[in-house]
Amino acid sequence: MASVDTRSAGPDTLGPAERAPAPGRRGPSRHGGRWVPYVLLAPYLLLFFAFVLAPIVYGIWVSLHIWDFTLPNKPWTGLGNYRDLFDSESVVGPDFIRAMKATAIFTILSVPLLVVIPLGVAMLMNAKFPGRNLFRAVYFAPYVLGVAVIGVLWRYILDGNIGLLNHYLGILGLPDDIAWTTSTPAAWVALVGVTVWWTLGFNAVIYLAGLQDISPELYEAAIIDGAGPWARFRNVTLPGLRPVLQFVVITTIIASANMFGQSYIITQGQPGNETRTAIMYIAETGLKNFDMGRAAAMSFVLTVCLLLLSGLVMLLFRERKPKPLKGVSA
Amino acid sequence: MTALAEGTSTLTEDRPPEPARRPGGLKRVLQYTVLVILTILFVSPLVWMAVTSFKTQSDAIDPDPQWVPANPTTSAYDQMLGSDDTPVLGWLLNSVLAATGQALLVVATAALAAYALARMDFPGKKIIFGMIVATLFVPAVILIIPNYIFVAELAWLDSLTAVIVPGAASAFGVFFLRQFFVGLPQELEEAAYVDGAGPFRIFWSVVLPLSKPALATLAMLAFLTNWNDFLWPLYVLFSADQQTLPAGLATLQNANAVRYDLLMAGAMIAAVPVLLLYLAAQRFVIQGVSRSGLKG
Repeated sequence: MASVDTRSAGPDTLGPAERAPAPGRRGPSRHGGRWVPYVLLAPYLLLFFAFVLAPIVYGIWVSLHIWDFTLPNKPWTGLGNYRDLFDSESVVGPDFIRAMKATAIFTILSVPLLVVIPLGVAMLMNAKFPGRNLFRAVYFAPYVLGVAVIGVLWRYILDGNIGLLNHYLGILGLPDDIAWTTSTPAAWVALVGVTVWWTLGFNAVIYLAGLQDISPELYEAAIIDGAGPWARFRNVTLPGLRPVLQFVVITTIIASANMFGQSYIITQGQPGNETRTAIMYIAETGLKNFDMGRAAAMSFVLTVCLLLLSGLVMLLFRERKPKPLKGVSA
Repeated sequence: MTALAEGTSTLTEDRPPEPARRPGGLKRVLQYTVLVILTILFVSPLVWMAVTSFKTQSDAIDPDPQWVPANPTTSAYDQMLGSDDTPVLGWLLNSVLAATGQALLVVATAALAAYALARMDFPGKKIIFGMIVATLFVPAVILIIPNYIFVAELAWLDSLTAVIVPGAASAFGVFFLRQFFVGLPQELEEAAYVDGAGPFRIFWSVVLPLSKPALATLAMLAFLTNWNDFLWPLYVLFSADQQTLPAGLATLQNANAVRYDLLMAGAMIAAVPVLLLYLAAQRFVIQGVSRSGLKG
């Protein structure tokens, strides 16, 4: 704090002297002294360095030590923490691998649904008809409530004994004793289902904006060319949505891979930590057991996985574009 | 599949200069059917939450679901609001303060920085902007452990500062507002400059008024992000009266595993204020979110 105050105050006093030779060029951009942009940037950069850049570097440093938050000594261990993560004999190895597996399962199951279903819903709403804004508002509402409220609510609905879901399944003649929160294939169905229910509206709203940006003339031209609904979807809608689709895919992957609240509240990691996700295990290791060295190492492994995955998605979306014009990436 | 095909054709039907109008009656019925079924799926859990919050403890776990409480009561609310262990109204206040504080901090710092990056030339600009954009792609997991250590060093643990300040460094905010500022016509700023206005004055009285929609959008997104944040407050706040709503609800659940009447009352207290806010500003919220996708 203090260092930046002096930094912005120091040049400030030089200001008038600097400003004198400056005036007379074009546009306001050149004027007001050389220090102005730095003053404007200072508050943001202070936060950015303190809570984004420094932590990234510091986190690497922490991950190279046996870093128990509560102990005075934090001995160097080099890559020891990373080795532990992939060592099935170590204390954390099997648990970490299981947690990464849980995150992978959840991501693989939820991302396709959260990419496809909201697109369908957005297309249903992509026209002016009575009640459209109401529907849109209703589908978006769960997102506003936040994960804690929807988690507590669904924990109740999914209750194996007195939950609404099993009750209505029973009425339909289906099994009515499924342990949605404490047995595995069912818990994954529950977690994915709740997540789709919670965030469908968010992705649908983003798609809807993208759909409305596609020029109607393109559809008219396609109709004149005799294109049916499917051909129009493939040749007009999908290409027109490419940047939005890329955005949705990447943000959904990142959100799914960071899934925490649903497991924490609804399944509490059950059964036997099978639904304990990577980030949940990281938080437990680092912030509950204060084994921060290993937790930091886990964060880096997860981050690298996510960066690789995002890079892969970007490549996939770029790959097919040599024929049309460039410039969508902005 | 049918839903997709359906969507495109209704789109063509609805524009004024339709080249070939086709009978859309059946499609319209199908479309509404799907939309109404979805609406039921979205609304009924929320109704269930509301109804249950007015039940007695035993009615809440009646295996025969009571959509109308047999013995309507406000006892769950009385117990929630009357107990010192569950200061729900305090949590609500904390959540409002944290989300508002962070939203203001995000908008203020990002707007200043974005303006410098959009309109000024200075040494280091490319590097600074490059670093900010690069962190857009860095997942937040990586920050949890080191930021916890920082926050502990700063003695911010168990205080609202911990849930307001660290998350306020929004790379997205800078990126989003820079895009917006770059798109603004420069003539007004030049006119103000000719009239003798300095850069801060131009920023304050020319650029900011023109940017209200973008600033409001960013504020809304920042508010929602902070409001919904769960993991971070769960670990950096400990005392009962320091919790935000999401963290408080989780502790409530741990303490009252099957007191669904209490849990639903707590969830209602958390849900109703946001739902009201959302009802009032619904278009605005949705526009904000849809823009985030287009610019991203």
